[in-house]
Amino acid sequence: MAMNSFEWVDATTVEQAAGMLAESTEQRPVIAKAGGIDLLDLMKEGILAPMRLVNLKTIRGLDEIDTENGLSLGALVTLDRIDSDPQVRARYLALSDAAGHAATPQVRNAATIGGNLLQRPRCWYFRHDHFHGEGADEMGSRGADENQHHAIFDNDKNAMVQASTPATALVAYDASAELAGGANGSRVVKLSDFFLPPEMQRAHDARIETGEVMTRVIVPPLNAGAKAAYRKQTERDSYDWPICDVAVVLTMEGQTVQNASIVMGWVAPTPRRAAESERLLIGNRLTDDLARQAARAAVAGATPLAKNSYKVPVLETVVRRTILAAAAG
Amino acid sequence: MAELSRSQGSGGSTRSGISRRTFLKHGGTSAVGAALLEAGAAQAAVDGSMQDDANEVLGPGLIPIDLTINGRRVPVQAEPATTLVDVLRNHLGLTGTKIGCDRGACSACTVWLDGQPASSCMTLALDARGRNITTIEGLAEGGKLHPVQQAFIEHDALQCGFCTPGMVMSCAALIDRKPDAGIDEVKAAISGHLCRCGTYPNIFAAVLAVAGENRRRGT
Repeated sequence: MAMNSFEWVDATTVEQAAGMLAESTEQRPVIAKAGGIDLLDLMKEGILAPMRLVNLKTIRGLDEIDTENGLSLGALVTLDRIDSDPQVRARYLALSDAAGHAATPQVRNAATIGGNLLQRPRCWYFRHDHFHGEGADEMGSRGADENQHHAIFDNDKNAMVQASTPATALVAYDASAELAGGANGSRVVKLSDFFLPPEMQRAHDARIETGEVMTRVIVPPLNAGAKAAYRKQTERDSYDWPICDVAVVLTMEGQTVQNASIVMGWVAPTPRRAAESERLLIGNRLTDDLARQAARAAVAGATPLAKNSYKVPVLETVVRRTILAAAAG
Repeated sequence: MAELSRSQGSGGSTRSGISRRTFLKHGGTSAVGAALLEAGAAQAAVDGSMQDDANEVLGPGLIPIDLTINGRRVPVQAEPATTLVDVLRNHLGLTGTKIGCDRGACSACTVWLDGQPASSCMTLALDARGRNITTIEGLAEGGKLHPVQQAFIEHDALQCGFCTPGMVMSCAALIDRKPDAGIDEVKAAISGHLCRCGTYPNIFAAVLAVAGENRRRGT
């Protein structure tokens, strides 16, 4: 399907972009474009038909990486730069690995962290124009038959999962998004609160308002001695969307876990913390057996659907391996 | 569109001077002349004068877009909703770049933007302003194939050939960046490419041969 024709405006400031985006209506949608990867996908599928695109890439200063105090990523920083920046890789390994394992090299050279976090779900019902717009089939995704790639937690209403894999690592690092241009000026939202369970009829799967622009992703400084790992399980070895992905950030003293952050992606509508697993680890000496117990706890509340129960043991294994990889790192 | 190739003879022509490809393309490229218009407005958007006309609304109809392809400035007329691969193939007749999935999932459409592999099907032409675009037609220099192109021939690294231009662009970018690349780097470089004929082993062999030669020569 060919994209609809649209107008294009090169924005030079965030305020200007926000002003134009605020004029968006259902009849005359105005949509922000950064790397354009998910946007082109949605336009080619006929799911989005913007009247106007606002080009954010002409705004200067939104593509900077600052490792001075923690980490600040301009929203236009590409996934490739997050993967290859030596400072980011040295300090935030799980994030670098998540960015480096997303999509293809070609896509990583174009896709931005802002666009990656705001991309829409990969659910194949969502990605079909039959389920959108006037007279759309209301089957949605919960209750839909082909749920192999859907959520195994919190899936009673809607089983679509957030698509971003860097999000899994960023939530584990307790990162926030900076949003500018709204009625109350600039604000900072923790990514753990930012994402919303994806829905067919919503414009965003996150708490970003019409007229707001994501300007930065902010990651707090790490505890001394923090170690991290990221693992993404796919069906094939080359690029693929995940069955699940896991990010683990541990603070260790010797072999004893002082602090643990374990986040699982692609298994719940939004990145899911393995809170019980974290509790099991904290204050204890990390052994293979403890990692095994923690992994079992991570999947304890799973409620798989007809075709995705295979995800449960896969997730359990990936959680165990990622905990051990973080501790070994 | 031989003038957009860096060297005559590497694109479509053969010993006899005309190939099936250049013959078939003859009709399709007649519109190119009409597309070669001056594009001052588009250039203004990418150079220092951007601030002045920042809020200019481009499109939705045809607008002038100034591109730099294989070292040459190429002004085209296209809608903002036009992808780079559409401009390359359908406006300029540079049909070496292929469209496979049209969703960035097969990488057949790979070109370089400032030397980095890009999916031209997922790149709007307007986003290629101010970038140096290199297509498979521009890879050979002075009539001499890129070492990766030569190695693909010598190692029979293709069957139907549809994925080949994209594969070559990714492998050549790797070799230019890392002349002595190893197998893991080759696999990573082509991890976005799909080949239905399954020519991957010969592609690995071709690129590793170039890397091995570079290592021997100490480059």
